[in-house]
Amino acid sequence: MAVTAAMLSLLVGISTGSLSIPFSSIVHILASEWFGMPLSSDIPADWVPIVMAIRLPRVVLAFLVGASLALAGAAFQGLLKNALADPYTLGVSSGAAVGAVLVIFLGWQWPLFGTFTLPIVSILCGMATLAAVLAFTRMVERQMSVETIILAGIIFGAFFSAFISLMIALTGEELRQIISWLMGSVAMRGWKYSGLLLPFFLAGAAVLLANGRELNAFAFGEAAALHVGVDVTRRKVIILTAAALLTGAAVSVSGTIGFVGLVVPHMVRLVCGPNYRVLLPLSLLYGGAFLVLADVAARMIIEPRELPIGVITALIGAPLFAVLFFRKMKRKMG
Amino acid sequence: MMLEVRAVSHRYGPKQVLDRVTFSVEKGELFGIVGPNGSGKTTLLKLICKELPLASGEIKIHGQPLLTLSAKQWARFAAVLPQTAEAAAGYTVRETVALGRYAHQRGLFPTWTKEDEAAVQEALRAVGLADKIDEPLERLSGGERQRAYLARALAQKPQLLLLDEPTNHMDVSGQVRLLDRLAEAARSRGLTVVAVFHDMNVASLYCDRVLVLKEGKTAALGTPTDVMTPALLEEVFAAPIVRLAHPATAKPMFSFVPKGKQEESSAGELRLFFLDDAAVLASRQPLRVLSSALIGAGFQWATHFVNRQVGLDYDCGDAEGDMRRYLEQHGFSLERTIGMMTAVDVRDAVWLQKEGEAFSVAVMATAGVGNAVDAARAWQHKPLAARPGTINMVIVIDGVLTEAAFVQAMMTATEAKVKALADCSVCDPETGTLATGTSTDSLAVAATQTGPTFAYAGTATELGRTIGRLVYEATIEALDRYKRRRGRR
Repeated sequence: MAVTAAMLSLLVGISTGSLSIPFSSIVHILASEWFGMPLSSDIPADWVPIVMAIRLPRVVLAFLVGASLALAGAAFQGLLKNALADPYTLGVSSGAAVGAVLVIFLGWQWPLFGTFTLPIVSILCGMATLAAVLAFTRMVERQMSVETIILAGIIFGAFFSAFISLMIALTGEELRQIISWLMGSVAMRGWKYSGLLLPFFLAGAAVLLANGRELNAFAFGEAAALHVGVDVTRRKVIILTAAALLTGAAVSVSGTIGFVGLVVPHMVRLVCGPNYRVLLPLSLLYGGAFLVLADVAARMIIEPRELPIGVITALIGAPLFAVLFFRKMKRKMG
Repeated sequence: MMLEVRAVSHRYGPKQVLDRVTFSVEKGELFGIVGPNGSGKTTLLKLICKELPLASGEIKIHGQPLLTLSAKQWARFAAVLPQTAEAAAGYTVRETVALGRYAHQRGLFPTWTKEDEAAVQEALRAVGLADKIDEPLERLSGGERQRAYLARALAQKPQLLLLDEPTNHMDVSGQVRLLDRLAEAARSRGLTVVAVFHDMNVASLYCDRVLVLKEGKTAALGTPTDVMTPALLEEVFAAPIVRLAHPATAKPMFSFVPKGKQEESSAGELRLFFLDDAAVLASRQPLRVLSSALIGAGFQWATHFVNRQVGLDYDCGDAEGDMRRYLEQHGFSLERTIGMMTAVDVRDAVWLQKEGEAFSVAVMATAGVGNAVDAARAWQHKPLAARPGTINMVIVIDGVLTEAAFVQAMMTATEAKVKALADCSVCDPETGTLATGTSTDSLAVAATQTGPTFAYAGTATELGRTIGRLVYEATIEALDRYKRRRGRR
């Protein structure tokens, strides 16, 4: 069912826009482009470049970014046993954005990595931020409570956002464009960005999907995980690294799109239960579909202009975050 | 050898929490680790289950050094039931128990084998949760959840099971059932159990051997009966502890003695008063009593001694039940009352008191000898339905009596009574010989358990001599009153 939903969202994503293209035509165009099937004559020729060069790369990128963020969010929530954790609330997205901004606006390119300098620097900055947030939390209180982690994430996130704005102001770029990048966007990026994200997505997703049982064990506490035979330290590093990898890579190609990693795993958990062996693959599919649809909404609300996609995800995610936080504290108080 | 711990030490910063602890556990043993808070018992357990890194000393499981075992290898040998397990929201019992199979599965995406399923089912049956397999964990009661975690540990098919105060959050019946199951598993499957216990009584009841820790050092190691002496436990727990024999099994039991403010009491606070058909001796303070009375026999704490008069034609069929009803009707607490019966007119009760140098003794006695028996020749009697006892005696001592002193006081009192009967020439009507008592005499020795301590109450002691004299005099006087009343009739 999740696969069907994901496919459907992709079709909706391709079909919607200033020019509406019916599903059947999309299928025909894709079939002719990929499998050499003859294109029926009643499909206007100019639809082909629209689908292949503009809309398809856009929805694929949106799907990959959404899937990455949702997977990372699920992993963070499982490992930190914290329903409020996601790449954005933990500050990892902002940290990764610092890396991306450095690369984009200072025009860095490391000789060995070429265009991959962007995601790699972004990932490294994301990992460093995660390490810093966790270390800071542990310094504040040893038992690392849910609220303290989130507070630390918000502190780091706010600092990095300000830092980015400062950097951009110093480079003299136009502010509106940057703000739209900061709020996240998958528009006009072409295949190049999907290509940058894909290897990291495949690696990160594979690692996390293989660690579903370990995440289940962590849900019962680190001691319990150790008792059933999980190599706790090693698995923690692997899972956090993979989640930071997905986050950093996604941020480097799309900016900081918030709350995807919060909303999607939470919704999946409501329907399918907390078992990570189910939760992770479903989060991947629904995360992708969610961001494709969020992108559709971003395109349609103030047509012909576009909203940053992060606006849509924040409009949905922030209230949910508030509800979860409210419930969490309520339970804590009594 | 299932578990070997050799010279293990551990420190948290500058604080030495474990100091060269050495012990080993045989296959199939139920081994307990006891000690007060901060004695290092939980730290020791955490070292064994690799939660803490082993800094000094050596631990071997099944002959293999702990350091050479990977987390998975360790989990195939050993499983842990933690003190408090965090409840993970949304997981079902099945998903929880299935985690126990983690260490047995191989590969990145392992399949769930028949063997895994069988282990889960068997573990759930063993803890009695087979019917709750699809329930969410948070819908179980605290005790059931603990059992689900035990099932997870059993699904690991361990040879060594480690428990950290497993019964901490359970009610008494839950504790007993859980520990019975563990003891059963240890016996039937050769499962070795190492458990940290808070409760010395639980450790004593269930463990084959115990390790007693004090400030990180081994204070004792051996069977509970041998090592859990009051002297050792008082030293370890730094609190007064009394050791008792368990009434049903050959294991010691322990209890703390609270240091609470105890009112100065004396036998002088005793009050003797009469109801229509009973003489009642009441004490403001509860007294420790050893008695052979109808109600409250054995060791008891009591505030009231009720000597009830019944008619000569009283039917003794259910004397105990009748006496209970009588006490309840008259507002006596069954838990705090010693109840005796007599056919003698209770207004003839003798009440004698004597102040010794360091103590005082009081005796209340009623006597009638219609039933007189010579104990040495009672075997010649035809079997008879017991009739109400006719020499009833309560001896109250202001002081602390050891159990030995209680028993000796009973002996001394009995000997003095026999002598009084002999001196009054009371005969067993059936054998014609001197009687030693009546067929259903009751005797209660009570002590305030405050003031001076008496280790003994035999006739070699001043207390014993006082008891003997008072009992003798009271019996003679009671017999005299009995005879006079009979004479009047």
